[in-house]
Amino acid sequence: MALINESFFSAEGLEKRLAGKKFWKVMMTEYWIPKDINFLWALGVVLATTFSILIISGIFLLMYYKPDTALAFDSVNYTIMQEVSYGWLFRHMHGVAASVVFLIIYIHMFTGIYYGSYKKGREMIWISGMLLFVTFSAEGFSGYMLPWGQMSYWAAAVITNLFAGGSLEAWGLVEWIRGGFTVGDATLTRFFMLHVFLIPVVIIGVIVLHFYTLRIPHVNNQISDDIDYDAEAEKYLAGNKRESKVIPFWPVFLSKDFAVLGIFLIFYFYLVFFNFEFAMDPVNFDPANSMKTPTHIYPEWYFLWSYETLRGPFFDMFGMKAGDIGLMIFGLAQVIFVVFPFLDKDPDVLPAHKRPKFFIWFWVMIVDLLVLSVYGKLPPIGANSWIGFTFTALFLLLWVSLPFVTKSDAKARGAL
Amino acid sequence: MRELKILAILVFFTGVLYWGVEPFAHSQMHKHVEPADFTFEDVDGLHGAKGNAINGKELVSMNCTACHGIEVAGFTAPMDDASAAAAYGVTPPDLSTAGHLYNADYLAAFIKNPAKASHVAHKMVDGKVHPMPSYDWMQPQEIADIVAYLQSIAPKEMTNKEAFVNACQRCHSAKYGDFRFDGTKSSMAAKTPDADISKYMGTIPPDLSQMIRSRGPEYLEEFINEPAKHLEGTAMPRVGLKAEAQEQVVAYLEEIGDSSKDKRASAGPKFLGYLVIFALFAWLWKAKIWRDLH
Repeated sequence: MALINESFFSAEGLEKRLAGKKFWKVMMTEYWIPKDINFLWALGVVLATTFSILIISGIFLLMYYKPDTALAFDSVNYTIMQEVSYGWLFRHMHGVAASVVFLIIYIHMFTGIYYGSYKKGREMIWISGMLLFVTFSAEGFSGYMLPWGQMSYWAAAVITNLFAGGSLEAWGLVEWIRGGFTVGDATLTRFFMLHVFLIPVVIIGVIVLHFYTLRIPHVNNQISDDIDYDAEAEKYLAGNKRESKVIPFWPVFLSKDFAVLGIFLIFYFYLVFFNFEFAMDPVNFDPANSMKTPTHIYPEWYFLWSYETLRGPFFDMFGMKAGDIGLMIFGLAQVIFVVFPFLDKDPDVLPAHKRPKFFIWFWVMIVDLLVLSVYGKLPPIGANSWIGFTFTALFLLLWVSLPFVTKSDAKARGAL
Repeated sequence: MRELKILAILVFFTGVLYWGVEPFAHSQMHKHVEPADFTFEDVDGLHGAKGNAINGKELVSMNCTACHGIEVAGFTAPMDDASAAAAYGVTPPDLSTAGHLYNADYLAAFIKNPAKASHVAHKMVDGKVHPMPSYDWMQPQEIADIVAYLQSIAPKEMTNKEAFVNACQRCHSAKYGDFRFDGTKSSMAAKTPDADISKYMGTIPPDLSQMIRSRGPEYLEEFINEPAKHLEGTAMPRVGLKAEAQEQVVAYLEEIGDSSKDKRASAGPKFLGYLVIFALFAWLWKAKIWRDLH
């Protein structure tokens, strides 16, 4: 190591030791982003901001929340909501951000799918992103339990009970997860630990990984142009900003992000103050009662589509019980998006509107997930069950057809 | 232009999803019921009879005060709440405020036949009887006199809390009205002890602290007016509150259950105002920086 003689107590001394200017350059002013992007490219920063809102509001809630079945409900609904200054604001911000973060995640995810930003070198971005989806889901589920209302309790009972399926039961998995034979105090305290410590730490780690995976293959652009970043960066630095196809992360890319963020925050805070019931279900303002099953049990909206694939097969088939088939499809639904890059057999990176059959696949998938979400909330009776069944089958069919659809597009283009 | 098109697509699909999982799903899950009816035209009430409060006083002191206290008229309750609950199953109400809280026709119908008027006759099977006997042997005029007397002694105005205490607290607690962290008995605990009320009702009636958030004002208005509309076979009686008294009860539930509502309403526009300014400056800054790029 070269010894540093400049004083520690001087600007040059610190710069020598930390190389802050170089760090700033690498991370900000010479981190190159394509210029041909639209506002959907700002959603990463919107997500990072929403996650920060969740952490900050969560810290304030953590100061008063009591993870004990006898105290939890009142610590949330009395102490935080009515006694603590602005406690209601932090809870509303936390609850609404937890819901809205999933809306943005889904949009972010389908932006990636639409523009083909998951393949040809960008697989790690996609996989780390899907890891974030899974960890955020675990975070959402564990957090929903904490207010210890009726929906907290019954959603926990129903979802943990999924691990009692088939041979899983023999391993005692449900009891291991719950910390007992039923959902109770041990369940609450361990999910509290998961929610405020383990999962957030993992999420922060995976966010760092996600940012890192972007660095080498670079962000995709609207027309999936394969950019020579070194050449384009040189143009930009030489002052040919108009001709250059790239922009620096700071200040150019972030200036657009902040503009989009401004609009997003108006929408978000409107929900926080004026329209929050979709994120804070009224049923959960009834204290948990193991003796009284609510008439309708449903998960938060962002789990509804996969929940409906669980309920979709409602009659026994192929010599298997309906519940077991549902569980298998549900399990598949949780992980299938991860392998997207490997099911897409098209060798080109192109936006969906340049891939006619995939374009149709994309919108059918969106509509399918929408229908599954709506019917995941409705009681599974009469025609509802059949609609759930049909769209679950369509969901599976879409995944089976994906390699063929993408290959057919490539053939028509002459790429295969 | 392309960005606006993308935004329109996002707004459309988000809107459809929201509509599907919120208003549409809830309309499918919760049945629609007729709005609250405060006329009580369906009960066997006064049928237009005008009562005489002086006669009523006599009748009340002979027929009612053996079980009921009437504090404003100097009749103290014969037993404390717990003993009365043990004796009757539920603590009988003090009648001082009945004339103010309850619809006159409903009161008349209730005195004639409590189980029938309060729609709990379906619970009075297997030898169970309503703790209050029916007074249908009285002349209609006598019933009218009793109602007139109760109205004459009732206060003209009550606070929201008083309305709640008199109308609901015999069976329901509302612990957020007087929350005790130390476990001592809250002044807003139900007057009838849990053991007695669960024997009488078949269940412990829920604490009402969070009903304003879990049920919302609209449901509460329909439910309190006629519980069976939303919950068929419920043990909760129809209580016959006048519209104003019921509004006060709901207002009290909001005071204790959603006390930050006003703060929400006043902080909201300020936050949004600040963010509009932020968004405006952010767009201007973005426009300035991107001007050099195209």
